[in-house]
Amino acid sequence: MGSKIRIKNMDFFYGSNQALFDISLEIPDRQVMAFIGPSGCGKSTFLRTLNRMNDTIPIARLTGTVEIDGKDIYAPKTDVVALRRKVGMVFQKSNPFPKSIYENVAYGIRINRMHKDRADLDQRVEKAIRDAALWDEVKDRLNTSAFGLSGGQQQRLCIARALAVQPEVVLMDEPASALDPIATQKIEELVVELKKSYTIAIVTHNMQQAARVSDRTAFFMLGKLIEVNPTEKMFTNPDEKLTEDYITGRFG
Amino acid sequence: MSKTGTIGDSVFRTILIIFAATIIVIVVAMIAMMVQNSLPTIREFGLGFLTGRRWQPASDIFGALPFIYGTIVSSVIALVLAVPLSLGIAIFLVEQAPQKIARPIAFMVELLAAIPSVVYGLWGIFVLAPFIRSYLGPVLQSYLGWLPLFQGRLTGIGMLTGGMIMALMVTPIVTAVVRDVLEAVSTTQREAALALGATKWETTTIVLGNAASGIAGAVVLGLGRALGETMAVTMVIGNSPQISSSLFEPAYTIASVLAANFAEATDKLYLSALIEMGLVLFLVTFIVNAFAKLLVIRVARRSGAH
Repeated sequence: MGSKIRIKNMDFFYGSNQALFDISLEIPDRQVMAFIGPSGCGKSTFLRTLNRMNDTIPIARLTGTVEIDGKDIYAPKTDVVALRRKVGMVFQKSNPFPKSIYENVAYGIRINRMHKDRADLDQRVEKAIRDAALWDEVKDRLNTSAFGLSGGQQQRLCIARALAVQPEVVLMDEPASALDPIATQKIEELVVELKKSYTIAIVTHNMQQAARVSDRTAFFMLGKLIEVNPTEKMFTNPDEKLTEDYITGRFG
Repeated sequence: MSKTGTIGDSVFRTILIIFAATIIVIVVAMIAMMVQNSLPTIREFGLGFLTGRRWQPASDIFGALPFIYGTIVSSVIALVLAVPLSLGIAIFLVEQAPQKIARPIAFMVELLAAIPSVVYGLWGIFVLAPFIRSYLGPVLQSYLGWLPLFQGRLTGIGMLTGGMIMALMVTPIVTAVVRDVLEAVSTTQREAALALGATKWETTTIVLGNAASGIAGAVVLGLGRALGETMAVTMVIGNSPQISSSLFEPAYTIASVLAANFAEATDKLYLSALIEMGLVLFLVTFIVNAFAKLLVIRVARRSGAH
């Protein structure tokens, strides 16, 4: 299977603090890749380099290359707005806009002018909500505020909102960390379902979650990439002693 | 030991309660004093006081309408000019400017709020009024002269000058509140928009949507300030109790007429008329401010919940 994203010799700095050290990594197309590691290991920072979300931090600086479909997204001429449309993101805390359920999902379609007419917009919104496994729960109240939904529903709404702009890659930054076990299970099932159509990179501090949803796992520690392997191998027979110690709970 | 401690605490507590109670006493006392002292005109004119167009103290004719009109129109001019300006400054400071630039500008905006009213008034007389008379006024008249708003003679002193001075004084306050409200909007909202491929402008509209009721609060707070502004306006508005459609004509506000005439109002009815207008102004600004505070609190609470 081909690589969707190819990172070569990436160093990342916050001011004079180096947060990531010489990361080289490939993320395969239409698979789920999980990023695990103790807090502060740089896994979220790494995820946010993939859609240049770190650009919002003035002191952030990156060297090395990040290629998506063979194009360096840090090249000077990169259209960051187009990049972010192609690489969607779901955040740790659900963050719906103060709008209706419908308008939350329609937002990305509208600003990117993807729809032909109102019927087309309706269709796209419905498809995105269906893809996020939320349709049956919200179809009768699309025009009510998104804040009326439960935490798990809000997070799936945020996934629907991300899917609505038809990204190719979906980045998920601990998407279930604030949710109860049942809502978490729904998100996990959804992730497995979504990999048929999308390349997914998911950060999680929950190792069982990584084991359940991902095809490959990358283990970060103190800003360094320690090991990348197929998830099954990673959790049964890791190459590195450090990985084994972390997975077996010797630290973390 | 515990006994003296307990006594000390209750003394301390009692003192604090007395301090806190003074605020309530002062507000109640002010309202009571104003109501009592305005009884003569309330009895004499009733509601006609508020709708009367003539103000002739010498013949005991007191109609407050020109002052109410002047207060409202000058405040509206102030807001029409100040709100877009303040929004622009605040959005720039929060969403666009790098820290290095944002800080000094925010500091200067706060300095603007600290300039005494009378200094604004002087500046209005010596800079703004001549500017309106010689430059702005003629331009407005040549392009928009067909509007009744911009007809009449140009003296530089009048409603427009008063409103513009007020706009300058209101801008720092509205800017500061809008800035706080925008800063209270969670970063996750901005990131959510950016992650969908939103431009800087589209992201800003999401932020503004989050802050809408707080911005409304800031505007109403500015209105409260404008309604009560006295000294600077008195110096440039012309102080003539008339209702004119032209913004170049002199006008009068409630606050100005109180400030300008208190010393000479020896007659009981005259004094009562002034105090009743003070009462009207007090109640209106009280309500406006309470409303504004409510709106601002709502945004803070909502973004705190997320």
